Amino acid sequence: MSPSFEMVVGLEVHSQLLTHAKLFCGCENRFGAPPNTLTCPVCLGHPGVLPVLNEAAVRLGIRLGLSLGCTIHHRSVFDRKHYFYPDLPKGYQISQFTYPLLTGGAIPVRSGPEVRDIRLHRIHMEEDAGKNLHAGIRDASHVDLNRAGVPLLEIVSEPDIRTPEEAVDYLKKLRQILRSTGVSDGNMEEGSFRCDANVSLRPIGSSTFGTKVEIKNMNSFRFVHKALVFEVERQSELLERGERVVSETRLFDSHTGRTLPMRSKEEALDYRYFPEPDIPPLVLDPEWIEKEKASLPELPQERILRISREFGIGEAEAEILVVEEELARYLDEAREALRGHSEKGGWPLEKGVARLVNFLLTEVLREWNRKGVQVLGDSLSSAEIAHLLALVTEERLSLSQAKDVYAIAVESGKSPRKVIEERNLSQESGEETIGRWIVEVLAENPSEVQSYRDGKDRLFGFLVGQVMKKSGGKANPQKLNHLLKEALGR
Amino acid sequence: MSASFFSSLEEFRKGRDEGAFSIEESVRHYLDRIESHNPSLGAYLTVNPNAVNRARQLDNRKARNPAQSPFYGYPVALKDNLHAIGLPTTCSSAMLANFRPVENATVVDRLLKAGAIVLGKTNMDEFAMGSSTENSAMGPTKNPWDPARVPGGSSGGSAVAVAAGLAPMSLGSDTGGSIRQPAAFCGVLGLKPTYGRVSRYGLVAFSSSLDQIGPFSFSAADALALTVLVSGPDGKDMTVSSRDPVEMERDFAMGTRGLTVGMPEEFFGEGLDGAIAASLERARAVWESEGIVFKPVRLPSAKYGINVYYLIATSEAASNLSRYDGVRYGLRSLSVPDLKALYENTRREGFGPEVKRRILLGTFALSAGYQDQYYRRAQQVQALIREEFDRAFHEVDLIFAPTTPTPPFRFGEKVADPLSMYLSDIYTISANLAGLPALSAPSYPTPSGLPAGAQLIGPAWSEGKLLRMAQVLERAVGTKRPPDLFSKKGETAA
Repeated sequence: MSPSFEMVVGLEVHSQLLTHAKLFCGCENRFGAPPNTLTCPVCLGHPGVLPVLNEAAVRLGIRLGLSLGCTIHHRSVFDRKHYFYPDLPKGYQISQFTYPLLTGGAIPVRSGPEVRDIRLHRIHMEEDAGKNLHAGIRDASHVDLNRAGVPLLEIVSEPDIRTPEEAVDYLKKLRQILRSTGVSDGNMEEGSFRCDANVSLRPIGSSTFGTKVEIKNMNSFRFVHKALVFEVERQSELLERGERVVSETRLFDSHTGRTLPMRSKEEALDYRYFPEPDIPPLVLDPEWIEKEKASLPELPQERILRISREFGIGEAEAEILVVEEELARYLDEAREALRGHSEKGGWPLEKGVARLVNFLLTEVLREWNRKGVQVLGDSLSSAEIAHLLALVTEERLSLSQAKDVYAIAVESGKSPRKVIEERNLSQESGEETIGRWIVEVLAENPSEVQSYRDGKDRLFGFLVGQVMKKSGGKANPQKLNHLLKEALGR
Repeated sequence: MSASFFSSLEEFRKGRDEGAFSIEESVRHYLDRIESHNPSLGAYLTVNPNAVNRARQLDNRKARNPAQSPFYGYPVALKDNLHAIGLPTTCSSAMLANFRPVENATVVDRLLKAGAIVLGKTNMDEFAMGSSTENSAMGPTKNPWDPARVPGGSSGGSAVAVAAGLAPMSLGSDTGGSIRQPAAFCGVLGLKPTYGRVSRYGLVAFSSSLDQIGPFSFSAADALALTVLVSGPDGKDMTVSSRDPVEMERDFAMGTRGLTVGMPEEFFGEGLDGAIAASLERARAVWESEGIVFKPVRLPSAKYGINVYYLIATSEAASNLSRYDGVRYGLRSLSVPDLKALYENTRREGFGPEVKRRILLGTFALSAGYQDQYYRRAQQVQALIREEFDRAFHEVDLIFAPTTPTPPFRFGEKVADPLSMYLSDIYTISANLAGLPALSAPSYPTPSGLPAGAQLIGPAWSEGKLLRMAQVLERAVGTKRPPDLFSKKGETAA
């Protein structure tokens, strides 16, 4: 992008909700069932059926609103949005247009070294459409209506995003909040978290907006980044050539990494929104909102501050640990497990916690990035990791041994405890035992001992190595250093 | 054969419980009359092939357990936009000619639970759009008082079934007058309950904010019983009120003396047929003699009712009828080279001209750039009409008006002129727009022997009071049945 332009992005996220039933009927809300097995006359749009609003979906909407600092409207209205498509059984989608459930709110996003608030425009409730199936079918298209009527929240940001990195961070933060509050599973592969972007450019310093282009079909964070990078380049080349950006909808092609035109503004549909007469305006009891507020789990931002405080680490490091719900939970659980060890071993909990955090930030995070949630599984549970770090804290295992044990455990699927046992890896810290090894080594190497005493400092390292060798690598290095120096009398 | 096997629900219950007749005999009576009269009347589209079986089962069960509900074994007819499992729901449209519902309408569920027997499904204007039943894709329904005249609509079949003794009671639906206008044309009582009184689940939607299901009967007491039976909260319809339907029985049991009834100047002026006006004058005299006080009221915005109605009802209809796309059920055009043709050809072949006209009107009224001018404006006027009724009901208990401007008109008379057809609902539409209960009760026939209807409109939830008023008139006018002209066996009236 030419340095004279600034990128302006607003994001629209469709998030499916973790309710048992669909938004307007009792059908199960579940991914992956055989086509058209999770349907009934209501979600099939039969003549004569009526929608009945699922309160559980409203509850999740309220919880998301509370988590994002939105204004929760005590009165909101459902509208019908009309268009013809085979995956839309009624010929209209029930959505909220003029009076959405939520407006305002913000998501703090990392922007270079700083944190910026990306404001939210609105969040409304609506139903999902079904899916048209084309693959492997000749001379026909099939329609699967399992997804028709699944509850969605559409989360629309203000055009506050200025870089592809901010866009990705916004989506990660939003997804984290959706997951930590139990509103959605945020699964992008299964389509429960979908994103469209409105992208325009403007000269730096300008306060008006350029012509925007809507980009669809970006179904991973990586693709969002790629699509935005591509789109910015494309628009800036147009503008630099003195051409105009056309207002249109474009599809991202993940194979080529390009965006391609889908439909122009002139072809845009007239949705003929009007208030849904079958659903009375949604009026919320303020007490209900208070009740949800009281039972809300810790929000990511609160958790970052808490973890930074409780674990004595910087906010940036804390953020790395809580950006994924599972990691954040793992950390908390491991600390609780560590507490038991500290009480039994009579050492201060903080000592172990500091080691735990460092270990998570390095070893566990590396494996997490490589292998995902499985590295937090059974054999590597929070209790196992706490046990491992307790051994380090109690100096029964060196840190480098612990790292090796962890790596082996990840690869083999065995628990760290089992790895230690099999390899007979435990650290010897007993002064008596280490002292015995030292006495033996000093007796076996009299000339080296003499040379050291005469001033050849580097021989200290040689003697350490000999004791370590004798201990089978188990000697606690700090203890060994200390005792050896004493024994050599220097 | 007598037109009616029993003269009231109470007489049915007594005869049934005292063993004067079996449920099967009662059902056979109506099935026989349908067989002999329906070919010339065209009231029914489908007759329930299972009706006699069900009657026998109910008779058998009754031998072991005495019946609980007065409706146990009682036969009823359903307008063909109400779902009953086992029978098609066509809405008198080619679009749904082959559609069989998989669920019962809530009202049908409640009827069946009480032990009622569905006789069959009755003819109507396609998707309930019309005032003469001439817009049916399934053929005409004749007015039993004069076969050259229409029965009114859109619930023409349900009105005729009761008037001609092809069912003792029936259910219809009323969006702008579709129960009251055919009731007036056929000389029976028709009630449109308060919006939100009766669940619409299983009623094929025309205009969701205006549609309401209601009964046809000869007597106010019967209409009350059927309305109470089908009313009340339903987990499947969010627009139903939580009010207890029993309040209607309570209101019905109270006296009418001292009630004040308003007569809107706007409804008794220009455009009202002289014979209807004269009939209503006699009706008023009856009520006055019972101590009911009449006084003029104003409803100045009511004259915009037709305009408002044809914007709101068509907007909702265009939306509600979007689902008929040939994808999942109903008609699918055989000529579908692509998706666009699937939609266009299916809808071109499946919908009749009046339905198409209203879809176009409604689509236009909601389209970008016109919505403020039409749909929103209509909503504003609708709010005015509601306010004027509210104000009127501070001064009077009920409102009295004609049901229709004229007696039943002749076939073909208004088909070519949709506007004049629309005007036949001019007195009934306001009650729908305001969500109020209203009924048409048989008044004195015109000098040429045609029925005339007296309309009563009340504040929300006042059905019991309306029916009590209707009962006063009913006792004075007497039950008038049409001449039994239509039997193919050449029978005459008993």
